Amino acid sequence: MNGIATLLAITCLLLLGSSRILVSIRMVAFQGVLLGLLPLFVSGTGHIGVSALILTVTNIGLKSILLPWLLTRALFASGARREIEPFIGFGTSILSGVFLLAVSGYIVNRLQSTAAISSSITLIAGFFMVFSGLFLLITRRKALTQTLGFLVLENGVFTTGLSLGSEFSVYVELGILLDVFVGIFLMGIMLFHIDREFDHLDVDRFNELSDLAVDVVSNEEASE
Amino acid sequence: MINHSSILICLAMIVLSPLLPGIINKTKAFFGGRQGPPVLQLYFDIAKLLRKTSVYSETTTAITRIAPFVILFSTLAAALLVPVAFRSASISFSGDIILLAYLLGIGRFFMVLAALDTGSAFEGMGAAREVLYSALAEPALFCGLLVLINETSQTSLSAIYEKLTAECWWQNPMTFLLIAVSWTIVLLVENARIPIDDPNTHLELTMIHEVMILDYSSKDLAIIEFAGAVKLAVFSSLLVGLIFSGNELSLPLQLLAFTAAMTLVAMIVGVVESTIARFRLLHVPKFIVGSGALAIIALILKLSGN
Repeated sequence: MNGIATLLAITCLLLLGSSRILVSIRMVAFQGVLLGLLPLFVSGTGHIGVSALILTVTNIGLKSILLPWLLTRALFASGARREIEPFIGFGTSILSGVFLLAVSGYIVNRLQSTAAISSSITLIAGFFMVFSGLFLLITRRKALTQTLGFLVLENGVFTTGLSLGSEFSVYVELGILLDVFVGIFLMGIMLFHIDREFDHLDVDRFNELSDLAVDVVSNEEASE
Repeated sequence: MINHSSILICLAMIVLSPLLPGIINKTKAFFGGRQGPPVLQLYFDIAKLLRKTSVYSETTTAITRIAPFVILFSTLAAALLVPVAFRSASISFSGDIILLAYLLGIGRFFMVLAALDTGSAFEGMGAAREVLYSALAEPALFCGLLVLINETSQTSLSAIYEKLTAECWWQNPMTFLLIAVSWTIVLLVENARIPIDDPNTHLELTMIHEVMILDYSSKDLAIIEFAGAVKLAVFSSLLVGLIFSGNELSLPLQLLAFTAAMTLVAMIVGVVESTIARFRLLHVPKFIVGSGALAIIALILKLSGN
């Protein structure tokens, strides 16, 4: 359990530091596998409930096979550049990641006096994943990487939920999984359409539609 | 506290330390399908260099002349502080690893000064990189150390390593694994090994360590090469002490086990060098910060107490 939580945190750091979209997608897929294994350990060794098993299977199937496949397809179909173009450099991203990790450690440390926590390390990992998902959402330029950030964020919520309550409801989790699936599916479709409409997935350049960004267009022409 | 019997072992380690780069090169040659230079090559190099006369650039000052000696003696002093052969270090006291880190820091500082002293643009670049990378690698070393102090509630390196047994590893396998990985990266960074810096490259634009000693020749170069080998031995023995424990063995067995473990570390470095390509310079800081992040995760794991 601690091992899985640690691996989750490490995959987040790798995500913050990786410069290739394909690698990032695989990292998120790996995170999905880890996440799928987590419910099996929460209920304690020995008795593995049916609900935990269902969660495991759907989690792995959805988050590590279906969604990565969808995103990979979107990546290849869009023909976008395979490199991530962040607003904040990779080294700084990792440093911020370490800072976020410390912050989540601090938060959990403060929480410990008010709530019973089954595994504080898993909770730290959960908070850290939420934070780094948000961080990825904010600092990455491409719509595709922002989708990845959203997935990490959701994974974090899942982990946090698992570590907080010993009684997790399989229906709620399945409902959330369905939401996420539909969300990512829609995002994939939208990515495709955005790409067709604008020939790129660069969120930074979407303000072409607003009144402000006249100079963005000229910059773009200059760079090309 | 001075441990007289360890001084002899430490001296033996210092004298034998040029074997480590030899073993690394042999491993690399094995992976490359070559015969490779003999294991004793560094001794031959040093002997060759010692026979030559030094040439100094006219623009250099006294710093260039004294730097090799500062580097050598700070590294030798550092070697006295690490536990060798699973016994306590020659000199040990509370907080000795901080002195160890900063003795190596003095050596590095003078190497940087000497590099800047030559006035060469390339050496300045190498110096800047060296300083950046070692500054990034230091948190990894110290965070790992904090975990060990927390685990053993001891503050001297020898006492920490004495209490660090296989049992600690079984209790917190993840924590110690993270520290071991992050210290291995620190070893690679501090000794300018391959994913960070290529000891064989002589392209000024990408060199880090090698570029800083470009202006040295003969005896000075021999001294610096030897100090580099001792530094490698210092970091390897830190790693060996972390991973293996052999307090209860008899002295000959300890010596044997320690030699085997050091050889193993050198071979691991060789394998890493043969299987991983050198990182682009832009990616190196990311990698080093990552090693620090691993150590911090280990620290959080330890502090949140499972």
